[in-house]
Amino acid sequence: MSLPLVVLLPFLGALAAPLFAQGGRTAIAIASSVPAIIALAALYPHWSTLADGGVVLHSYEWLPALGISFSFRLDGLSLLFALLILVIGLLIILYARYYLKAKENVGKFYSLLLCFMGSMLGIVLSSNLLLMLVFWELTSLTSFLLISFWNHKQDARRGARMALAVTGGGGLALMAGILIIGNIVGSFELDDVLAAGDLIKAHSLYPVALTLVLLGAFTKSAQFPFHFWLPHAMQAPTPVSAYLHSATMVKAGIFLMARLYPALAGTEQWFYMVSFTGMATLLIGAYVAMFKHDLKGLLAHSTVSHLGLITLLFGMGTKLAAVAAVFHVINHATFKASLFMAAGIIDHETGTRDMRRINGLWRYMPHTATLAMVAAASMAGVPLLNGFLSKEMFFAESLQLNLPGFWAWVPPLVATLAGIFAVAYSARFIHDVFFNGKPVDLPIYPPHEPPRYMKIPVEILVFACIMVGVFPAISVGPLLYTAAAATLGGPVPEYHLTIAHGFNLPLVMSFAAFFGGLLMYSQRQRFFDFHARFKEIDEKAVFEGVVSWLASTANRLTFFIENGSLQRYAALLVISVVAVAIVPLTSLGVFVGENGLSPIDWPTLIGIAILILCALATAVMHRERFYALILLSVVGLLVSLGFARFSAPDLAMTQLSVEVVTIVLLMLALFYMPSWTPIESSTSRRVRDAAIALVAGAGMTLVTLAMLTRPFTSISEYFLDNSKPGGGGTNVVNVILVDFRGFDTLGEITVLAIAALGIYSMLKNTVLTPPPGDGQGHAWNRDAYPLMLRQIARPMLPLALMVSAYIFLRGHNMPGGGFIAGLITAVALILQYIASGMIWTQYRVPFRYHNVIGLGLLFAVIAGAASYAFGYPFLTSTFDYIKWPVVGKFEVASALVFDLGVYLTVIGATLLALVSIGRLSPHSAIKSIKESA
Amino acid sequence: MELAFALAIGALTASGVYLLLRARTFPVVIGLTLLSYGVNLFLFSSGRLATGGQPIIGSTSQYSDPLPQALVLTAIVIGFAMTAFVVVLALRNLADNEDDHVDGYQSERTPKLKTEEAEVSEK
Repeated sequence: MSLPLVVLLPFLGALAAPLFAQGGRTAIAIASSVPAIIALAALYPHWSTLADGGVVLHSYEWLPALGISFSFRLDGLSLLFALLILVIGLLIILYARYYLKAKENVGKFYSLLLCFMGSMLGIVLSSNLLLMLVFWELTSLTSFLLISFWNHKQDARRGARMALAVTGGGGLALMAGILIIGNIVGSFELDDVLAAGDLIKAHSLYPVALTLVLLGAFTKSAQFPFHFWLPHAMQAPTPVSAYLHSATMVKAGIFLMARLYPALAGTEQWFYMVSFTGMATLLIGAYVAMFKHDLKGLLAHSTVSHLGLITLLFGMGTKLAAVAAVFHVINHATFKASLFMAAGIIDHETGTRDMRRINGLWRYMPHTATLAMVAAASMAGVPLLNGFLSKEMFFAESLQLNLPGFWAWVPPLVATLAGIFAVAYSARFIHDVFFNGKPVDLPIYPPHEPPRYMKIPVEILVFACIMVGVFPAISVGPLLYTAAAATLGGPVPEYHLTIAHGFNLPLVMSFAAFFGGLLMYSQRQRFFDFHARFKEIDEKAVFEGVVSWLASTANRLTFFIENGSLQRYAALLVISVVAVAIVPLTSLGVFVGENGLSPIDWPTLIGIAILILCALATAVMHRERFYALILLSVVGLLVSLGFARFSAPDLAMTQLSVEVVTIVLLMLALFYMPSWTPIESSTSRRVRDAAIALVAGAGMTLVTLAMLTRPFTSISEYFLDNSKPGGGGTNVVNVILVDFRGFDTLGEITVLAIAALGIYSMLKNTVLTPPPGDGQGHAWNRDAYPLMLRQIARPMLPLALMVSAYIFLRGHNMPGGGFIAGLITAVALILQYIASGMIWTQYRVPFRYHNVIGLGLLFAVIAGAASYAFGYPFLTSTFDYIKWPVVGKFEVASALVFDLGVYLTVIGATLLALVSIGRLSPHSAIKSIKESA
Repeated sequence: MELAFALAIGALTASGVYLLLRARTFPVVIGLTLLSYGVNLFLFSSGRLATGGQPIIGSTSQYSDPLPQALVLTAIVIGFAMTAFVVVLALRNLADNEDDHVDGYQSERTPKLKTEEAEVSEK
C-alpha cells in the first residue's frame, strides 16, 4: 500500500495546494512540503529490505487483459531516484518560497510542481512499463506547463513548446519500443522484462526496440542531437530549472537506461549507440558552455555535458562504469541543483544573468559566493568534493575500453578534453561572477545577500557535496551499493570509495584537466575570438522552421485530401477501396473456383443482358435526368426479377415495392431540380472517372465470380432446422427477421425512423419554388390530378390494403411479412397523394406519420419487452414460450406484434419522407404554375 | 450463369461509381441507387445462386441460404431510407444554395483570391 501512496500523495497535494495560496507563500510552501515528507516517511521502513538486496512490490489489477496493472516496485535504483526527487523537491519548495514574488500565481506553481513530483515518482516506482509510460508522458506535460509558467513571455512559450515536442516525440518512440519489448517478453512487468534480457537481445526485433527506447531516453535526457531543447527550457523559473532540468526530469532518460540495463545492455549496438551519443553530448555541451554569457545558459550546457558523461558511462557496458554512472547521477544532482539555485539568487538580487555585467559579487554577497564556488569546484572535479570522485571513476573507466588500435585513445582523450572544458567553464562561473572587477550597469544596485532561508537549500546541497567528497564510504556508500546492485541486476564488482587511489593514470588526467582548464580560461579571449568566427546556429529558429515546415506540409496534404469538394472525397474513397482490394484479388490467381460455372438459360441471360445494358445506359445518359430515371427503374425491376429467379421471393417483393417508392421519390425530387445536367467536368476528368469506375466494376465482377464458383459453408443450417420448431414459421427469412435476429431488425427499423425524422426536420421550414417548366421549353401539364388516374386510384386503396393485410398475416409462413406489407400499404397511400393531391389525401388520412412511426417502434419494443414478464431476456425467441401452457397461439402472437411494429414503422417512415418533400412548395406556387400553364 | 451474374454486378458497380463521381446531386443519387443494387445482389449471392430453392420449409427439397436473404431484405429497406435522405439533402442544398452542385455555392467553389489591397484595407 505504501508505494502507490508515495506516488499518489504529491498529486493529492497538487489538488490541495492552491487552497493555501490565500494564506501567502509560506503557508503554501509548508502545505506543499507535507506530501513529500509523508512520502519520505513511507519509504523509510523499506530500507532494511532493500539493503538486503530485496525488492518491494505492490500490485493492483487495472486492465489485466491489456497487461496493464497498477504495480509499483521499489529497489535500490528506484529508491535512489525517489530520494533525489523527494529531498531535492523539498529544498526546491523552500527555495521557491523566496524566489517567487508575492503577486505571482504561487498556487499554480506549487500545484504543478507537486504534479511533476508525483509523475517523476511514478516513473521511478512503476513496475509495469506501460504504467511508467503514462507517468513519463505526465512529466513531459507538467514540465511543459512549468517551463511556460511565465506564459506572458514568448520565449517561455516557445521553449516550453520545443521541450514538449522533443520529449513528447521521444515518448512516442519509447511507447513503440516498450510495446515491442512487451510483445517479446509477453509481459510488461519489470521483473519479467529484466529476467528476459537474453530473450530480448536474441530477438530479431531487438535493434528496433533498442533504438526506439534509446530515442525516448536520449530526448528526455537531452542527448545530442536532441540536446537543444534543454538550454531553451531555461526560460522556466529557476526553481524549475534546478529541479527538472538538473536533478530530476533530465535524469529520467538516464533512469530508463539504468532500469533496462540488464534487459538491453551488453550488445554491440548498445555500446556504439549509447557510448558515442554520450561522447558527442559530453564534448559539445562542455564546449558550448564556455561561450555562454547567460548564467543559466552556461549551467544548462554544462548539464547537457554531464548527462552525456553519464550516458557514456552506461554505454561502456562494464559493471564498474555502471556503478560510476549511478554515482555521478547523485553527485551531479547535488552540485548542479545548488548551482542553479545560486544562479537564481544572483538573478534575483541583481536583476540580470548576463555574466558580462555581473562581476565582483564577492564584495556584495560573500556567503552565496562561497557556496557557489564550492559547488562549481565540485562541477570542475576538484579533489575533496563529490564531483571529483565520480569523475576519477569515469577517467579510470575510459581507459578500460577494449577498442582496437587508435580508437582505444579516443575515450580517454575525449574525457580529458571535456574535463578541461569543464574546469574552464567552472572557472569562468567563479571568476567572472564573483571577481573580475566591478559590476557593470546592474538593474538592481547594490546587490546584497538573499533572505536567510533562501540560502538553506543551497547550504544543504553544498554540505552534501563536501560530505560525499570527504567521507564517501560513510555518507553515500550503502545507498550507492544498493542502487548499483539493482541497476546491474546481479553481483556488484568490487570498488573502493576513497578520496585518493594513489598516483595513477586517472589522477594524471584529472591534473591535466585541471591545469588545462585554468590555462584555457586564462587564454579565454583567444577562444572567444576563435568561437566568434563561427556563425552560431540558432536552434530555436531551426526548430521553429522545421515545425512550421511540418505544419505547412500537413496543411497542404490536408487541403489536398479535404478540399471541400465531395467529388474529391468520393474519388479518393473509391480509389483507396480499389487499391486496398487489388492486393488480395491479384493473389487469388484463379478466378473461377473448383465449383466451375453452371449453365445459363435463355430468359435469365436476356434479363441479365437488359440489366447490364440499362445500368450502363443510365451512366451514359445521365445528363437527361428523366431518361436516366426511367432506365434506373428498369434496372430496379430486373433486380427484383433476379431475386425471384434465384429463389428469394421475399426479396423480390421487397425490391419491387421499394422500387416503386424510390422512383416516385426521385420523380418528386426531379420536379424541383433542373432536368438536365450540364457538362462541367473536363474530358480528362471524365476519362479518369470512367477508368476508376471500370476498374471498380471489373474488380467487383472478379470478386463475385471468384466467390460464386467456390464451395462454402453456411451457418444457415441452424435457421433452417429451427425455423419451424423454434420460431413457429416456415418462412425462414421472416422468422430470422422477427425472431432469430429480431434485435437487429429492431435496430434497423429504428434507423429507418431516424432517417425519416431527419428528412422531416431537414425540410421543415424549407421552401422550394419549382421551376416554371421542365427546363426544355415545355410547360407543366395543366391537369395536375388527371381524372382517369383519380378514378382508378380510389378503389385501389381498399384492395391494396387488403392485399397488404394478407401479405402481413401470412408472412410468418409464406413470402411476406411486415416490411413488404408496410411498403405495399405505403405505395397504396402514395398513389392517393399522386392522384388526388396533398390536401385531399391529408384530409382523409388524418394520421401524423410521426405518430405512426412512434407507434410502430413502441409495438416492436413492447413485443420484445413482453418476454421480461415471463422471466426471459429481451426479445426471447418463441421457442421458450412453448414450455408455457398457452403454447401454439401465444408464440405466433408474440412474433406478430413485433412484425406489426415493423409494418407501422415502414409505413410511417416512407410516407413521412415523401410527404415532407411533397409539402416543399407552398400551395400558391403550385397553383400559379397551373394557372400560367 | 455465375459469369453473367458477376458481370451484372460489375456493370451496376461501374455505372454507380461513375455517377457517384459526378458534380451534380441528382446523378450522384442515381449512382448511389445503382451501387446499392450491386451491393445487395452481391451480398445476396454470397448464399450462391439457387433455382427453385425458396427457403420456405416444406416447399422444396433443397433450400437456398436464408441468412443473406434476411440481411439483404433489411438492406433494401435501409438503402431506401438512405436514398431518401440523400435526395432530401440534395433538395435542401438546392433550396439553400440555389444550385444543385455537390459542393454547394458556386461562389464558394471558386473563392475569389484576396488582393493585397483588400487585406491592407481590412487591417
